[in-house]
Amino acid sequence: MSNAPVDNGRRRFLTIATSVVGGVGAAGAAVPFIASWNPSERAKSAGAPVEVDISKLEPGQLIRVEWRGKPVWVVSRTPKMLEQMKAHEGQLRDPASEEPQQPESAANEYRSKRPEIFVAVGICTHLGCSPGFFEGNFSEKVEGTDDGFYCPCHGSKFDMAGRVFQAVPAPLNLEVPPYTFIDDTTIIVGEEEGAA
Amino acid sequence: MFGKIIGWIDDRIPMTRVWNMHIAQYPAPKNFNFWYFFGSLAMLVLVNQILTGIWLTMNFVPSSEGAFASVEYIMRDVEYGWLLRYLHSTGASAFFIVVYLHMFRGMIYGSYQKPRELLWLFGMFIFLALMAEAFMGYLLPWGQMSFWGAQVIISLFGAIPVIGDDLTLWIRGDYVISGATLNRFFALHVIALPLVIVILVFLHIVALHEVGSNNPDGVEIKRKKGSVAEEDKPKFKFHEYYTDKKDIVDAIPFHPYYTVKDIVGVVGFLILFCWVVFFMPAMNGFFLEGPNFEAANPLKTPEHIFPVWYFTPFYAILRAIPDKLIGVAAMGASIVVLALLPWLDRGTVKSVRYRCGFHKWNIAGFVVTFVLLGWVGATPQTDFKTIVSQICTVTYFMFFVLLFVYSKNEKTKPLPERLTK
Repeated sequence: MSNAPVDNGRRRFLTIATSVVGGVGAAGAAVPFIASWNPSERAKSAGAPVEVDISKLEPGQLIRVEWRGKPVWVVSRTPKMLEQMKAHEGQLRDPASEEPQQPESAANEYRSKRPEIFVAVGICTHLGCSPGFFEGNFSEKVEGTDDGFYCPCHGSKFDMAGRVFQAVPAPLNLEVPPYTFIDDTTIIVGEEEGAA
Repeated sequence: MFGKIIGWIDDRIPMTRVWNMHIAQYPAPKNFNFWYFFGSLAMLVLVNQILTGIWLTMNFVPSSEGAFASVEYIMRDVEYGWLLRYLHSTGASAFFIVVYLHMFRGMIYGSYQKPRELLWLFGMFIFLALMAEAFMGYLLPWGQMSFWGAQVIISLFGAIPVIGDDLTLWIRGDYVISGATLNRFFALHVIALPLVIVILVFLHIVALHEVGSNNPDGVEIKRKKGSVAEEDKPKFKFHEYYTDKKDIVDAIPFHPYYTVKDIVGVVGFLILFCWVVFFMPAMNGFFLEGPNFEAANPLKTPEHIFPVWYFTPFYAILRAIPDKLIGVAAMGASIVVLALLPWLDRGTVKSVRYRCGFHKWNIAGFVVTFVLLGWVGATPQTDFKTIVSQICTVTYFMFFVLLFVYSKNEKTKPLPERLTK
């Protein structure tokens, strides 16, 4: 035991310095614990593009494929569907697709590369449920429109271009994933033209 | 010989002192009624959940490939596996029933008021941890409702501006709910959150014993030292820790009086609990939902998605508002506002017995609102129910607004000097 007088300034400095260094150390030690919650390399690599054969797709039909574990819809739209889409534009939140919910090449009135083929991620932009396809009986949800998508969870409504109607919980149009036509009967979901 | 063993232990750890201070010589108000069963029942259910939970992990496989099948295996092939699982699943609902009644008790008797604010806050943290625990546990059977319910709840975080999408990705550990999500929820459900809950329950009881229990009259039993005549003091021995600082009136020792009373509550509770476990474990789809008997399918959403009944009042508030961010914020606020009760209620009279008539109506209205919200949140949405949920969302928050307003200059009845029956 030394009998030197207590130097309070020095003691305070040492207390603060120890606390700060210890705090930085604790924060650093937290990094691996927090970062380990991010998607693993395996989960990331599972996000590879998917090839879809649309040669057997009938007009008015919808097929579901899985990409990154999400349901992706490929719909063949009939001329009547395309015609009716114009009628209800006044009831939509974002009829002109101004929000970046689609690749540049699909930022048009039909939200698709080819008017008759519609590709979208079938996950509601509200809370992630998968809306149901109301083929021919959508008028019970929206008058004057025969076809559309209706989310069973919270009642969000989308038209045949995945555009969201007003006064529903979903804030945005359905997401259109990047996709490419290899030929007239095959598309690749998850890959944008020229980006491959 | 026995006394010597006790003495040997007491010299090394304060066993007898803690027993006396917190059980045998702990002063509790003499007028506890029916509403005071639910604290001890919540502890009973917690023990049931931990015990049956540990046994379930012995056969459960926490992976997206194995989870659903392993639950079927537990139900069909493991000896008494069905009983362990039904005790656990029924226990989850029972936990919320007793906790909601426990919280309601606090509301009607003003148990959150000064000096019990921190006690109430610990209780609210237990409630939050319990909701997280129940939510994560519900994903584990990997049924359709597990999967899509989790999808909806995790997406709630996506409503947070800027960081929302990255946050949901981080929580899931994948682009959708997957085995990675299941595994981490399993770890949190069986280790992290139970630890948190047990620690919070411990702190809740420490805080309770420091301030002492409230009672149906809302009149304190601890009086200023020297203010109580000797003949008015109860003829029981209470621990010096309490009697040194205060004079105590109208109290009885927790043991044997309330331990015996709580045994009556436990027996009554177990009769109802076992009746559900053995005769209707699914409770018509309220405790175990129909779509969950089908394995999770990421490509197909069930026609109707509902959380389990105990979340539906808050879920209805979320659904009532046709805007994602505001809906999520309102749902969060509906829970935060409960935690703020000690500061929103500016009254000094605690018990509903002596408060103004309007307070009784306000609480009755809140109960009706809560039940209506629960009903709307648990059934398919229609235009009529959307309106009901919107009205109830308003009345839910109005309870707190009104309380804040009228409690300031409330016309109360005179408080009794001592506890009544």
